[in-house]
Amino acid sequence: MSVPKADLESLGATPSTGAGDRSGMRRKGATRFGRASPEMVIGGLLLLLHFVLVLIGPYITPFPYTEFHMADALQPPSWSYWFGTDQFGRDVFSRVVYGARGTLLLAASATALGVGVGVAIGMTVGYYGGKLDEFVMRIMDGLLSFPSLLLAMLIVSSLGSSSINVIIAIMIVFVPRSTRVLRSVALGLKSLEFVEAAKVRGESGFYVITRELLPNAAGPIVVELAIRLSFAILLSTSLGFIGIGVQPPAPDWGLMVSEGRKYLQMAPWLMLFPALAISSVVIGTNLFGDWLGTRLSVRGGRRDL
Amino acid sequence: MSTPMSGSPSGPTETVLRVVDLSIEYSTGRGPVRAVRDVSLTIHRGETFGVVGESGSGKSTLAFAIVGYLAGNGCVSGGSIEYRGRDLLRMPRAELDALRGAKIAMVYQDPMSSLNPSITVGEQVEEVILAHERLSRAASRKKTLELFSAVNMPEPEAISRRYPHQLSGGQQQRVLIAMALACNPDLLIMDEPTTGLDVTTEAQILDLIGSLKTRFSSAILYISHNLGVIARVSDRIGVMYAGQMVEQGPVREVFRRQSHPYTAGLLECLPKLNFGRKTHSLALIPGMIPDLSEVPRGCSFEPRCRSRRPRCAEESPPLIQVDPGHASRCFFWREQEIERHAAVAEPPAAVTAQTETRVPSAPPLLSVKNLRREYRDSNKLLGLFGTERVVHALDGVDLSLQANETLAVVGESGCGKTTLARCVVGLVEPTGGTVEFDQASLAGIAARRDRETRRRLQMVFQNPDSTLNPRRTIGDALRRPLQLFRGLSGRPADEAAVELLKAVRLDGRYLSRLPNQLSGGEKQRVGIARAFATNPDLIVCDEPVSALDVSVQAAILNLLGELQLRDHTAYLFISHDMSVVRYLADRVAVLYLGRICETGPVERVFAPPHHPYTEALLSAIPVPDPDAEVNPIRLEGPVPSASEVFEGCPFHTRCPRKVGEVCERQKPPAQTGADGHTIFCHIPVATLTKAQSSSYGAATSTENLVS
Repeated sequence: MSVPKADLESLGATPSTGAGDRSGMRRKGATRFGRASPEMVIGGLLLLLHFVLVLIGPYITPFPYTEFHMADALQPPSWSYWFGTDQFGRDVFSRVVYGARGTLLLAASATALGVGVGVAIGMTVGYYGGKLDEFVMRIMDGLLSFPSLLLAMLIVSSLGSSSINVIIAIMIVFVPRSTRVLRSVALGLKSLEFVEAAKVRGESGFYVITRELLPNAAGPIVVELAIRLSFAILLSTSLGFIGIGVQPPAPDWGLMVSEGRKYLQMAPWLMLFPALAISSVVIGTNLFGDWLGTRLSVRGGRRDL
Repeated sequence: MSTPMSGSPSGPTETVLRVVDLSIEYSTGRGPVRAVRDVSLTIHRGETFGVVGESGSGKSTLAFAIVGYLAGNGCVSGGSIEYRGRDLLRMPRAELDALRGAKIAMVYQDPMSSLNPSITVGEQVEEVILAHERLSRAASRKKTLELFSAVNMPEPEAISRRYPHQLSGGQQQRVLIAMALACNPDLLIMDEPTTGLDVTTEAQILDLIGSLKTRFSSAILYISHNLGVIARVSDRIGVMYAGQMVEQGPVREVFRRQSHPYTAGLLECLPKLNFGRKTHSLALIPGMIPDLSEVPRGCSFEPRCRSRRPRCAEESPPLIQVDPGHASRCFFWREQEIERHAAVAEPPAAVTAQTETRVPSAPPLLSVKNLRREYRDSNKLLGLFGTERVVHALDGVDLSLQANETLAVVGESGCGKTTLARCVVGLVEPTGGTVEFDQASLAGIAARRDRETRRRLQMVFQNPDSTLNPRRTIGDALRRPLQLFRGLSGRPADEAAVELLKAVRLDGRYLSRLPNQLSGGEKQRVGIARAFATNPDLIVCDEPVSALDVSVQAAILNLLGELQLRDHTAYLFISHDMSVVRYLADRVAVLYLGRICETGPVERVFAPPHHPYTEALLSAIPVPDPDAEVNPIRLEGPVPSASEVFEGCPFHTRCPRKVGEVCERQKPPAQTGADGHTIFCHIPVATLTKAQSSSYGAATSTENLVS
């Protein structure tokens, strides 16, 4: 008689020790926690750097980010202006460091909102299933059929350019993607016996979702947050670059790259440093997310944007 | 220690495999784990060596080491493995590749994942032949078909063109065996090849392995946790415990005269077909398998041994010869034998002799009437095109259960027994019929039943690894039902939870532990404690011991018996294992394709007359006794799909005692005998009794092995 093994591990939930099952020995080679890997170290350091910038950025900048030094316009990097100056003589270093706060806080709040709503919807429709699931998922499929940048542009251009609207746009882009992931997590968990035990006790759907399913979805949710964060940074800076996101004079990295484009040949540092900032934080989150993903053994292959 | 025979290089006594003092370690974060220690064995041509042990004993590691497929962190730390005089551990890769699959073949436990789902099975066998032999496609095709008929495939030609998912589990396993035999292997390693199969299919595969032994004269290393299976297939056996071979010898010798207390303990804790818990309680092996990361100085079984002496903790016993060819790792093998016989002379007091015959005068606690559950498997597109298949998981089941009684529902996979359990507890809504609990009709879904009903009706689940929420502590798991149904919280809830843990023989400290800190048996105990938390009147147990090792299973079965005596709880016990049912149940219902074919008190069902299906189930059970007569009743043909509609008896397609057309056309009548023993069959009970007492005598008088 077959003994179905509940595959909590492949769902990204807690690894269980296999004591008492007949194939326990074969699992000896399973992943262990806490081994430092290059991804974790590099990704972690990059993230830490940006996190510090967000916290203390405004206190370490040599100049206010809006201060004009018309005499020093378009200066190359030097001891007084570390990353050079732009066409108005504003210090690029101060603007990049100050920009970390705006860009990253915007991306983080959009990610938290998008994944949060996705978790709620995904878990609910995954657990209940049936017509509701069918209905909601078809709407999500509809949203997914738009390329994400195009959808975000549509939303921002119809709501108007502002930070809040950029957050809303990114959230709407993320919701169907997170919903899909969390729905599949809920589908895998809901047939496990501890959930059935709760149903036999007559627990409400809300209790089962929040107390039985959600703690076991922590792994996939954390990984989802890490992956989405890097996309959120890319999306918001892309919107800034196109010119419909955050408006000047805010030191948004995407906006800075876009403005620097005009001076690419005379003053490449205008584009270079904000671009470096964007790529370092995206690479950092990706590496760290990758490491988290393997550590929490979440199946890969949903790197879609 | 048995001296390995170095017979002539050819002929029947040629040594095919010789393992000497093999040790294997796994490196883990907590240091090396010594999974196999000083294992020696030899297998000659035409001989089957059975390795038996519980999970974690190292038996699969041994098999993987022989074929060189150890996991990445495992390595052989000592000893040698010789195949026909050549050292497998030092063999160059290319040579090893030529041997593996051709001369050394392996059959794995899970046939579905061992076959490629996107290639026909015929092609997969041909591939093996082409890889190792210089044959044309046509010749290899011909050979494949020969192999398929050698493994008793009904239509080799048709089967070879099918994909794995189109075959039954038994057929898939036959394909794997055919594949292993493709190049006439000298050494065949079988790692639990029948563990995932139903008992009637298992019996066929074991018959097949027996017949292939004489035909192909390979040496077979057969690994299993099931003592019955090992007894049937092996010539010689080795019993593994904690990485060591604790006893080794010819199968009859080892089963007749267990010279290691662990072997004896394993046999004693198996439920047998000839007694129930009213007369015997199962013997137990106390304690747990040791942690192999720290190897004990003395005998590894010492902490759990009943006959231990001071010396056992000091010194690790070598293999000591008991008889020529029979060795045991026990200093006191002679003494433990005597002590055991003394213990058997006064059998452990039965739990309590509940001898009073039950008079079902009181109204039943649970009454299931004409219960039906259909599943619609729809291929329809937009509800317009295509076909709809209706699967009848339950096809009109009637059952009743008295308070303080155990009713076992037994049957093979797909017979509907789990659907029945889920309908009763309210996880699945029946599509027809009623479930009455204490004379009140129950709503289909648990959430729509009133709180008091939910309190009185609890469930114990099958899988210890998923029965508890991995993110919540044992205390959380127990306090929740206490709070919901008994209104306890805070300190009183903690106290009640500790009481519950004590009742299932666990310490109060377990309250703060997470499920992954518990062994499978402990998790199952918590699952039982959770069910008892509400003081229920009826507990539905869905295969609560099928995922556990035999020694753990015995403890859980005894525990369920004790708790019933204490709380007078009724059990609806779902199982596929006839011996477990025989041990625990008061009454039995045998289910086949969603219909009951026999029901009655356990003593009646396990003695003739039987329904022909019950008879087949009983005769398929591998008995842990090498001398047990193998009953020839085998069910041929596949289990029909539950989507077929049967006017007559659903068993008629496979019934060895089919009368004729009447079985296909008419519903079999209920023939009720003494004590409410009912058989649904067209054959008159008197005829069944006569036919079965003559052919079935051997199996019913299965002797207690200990005596």
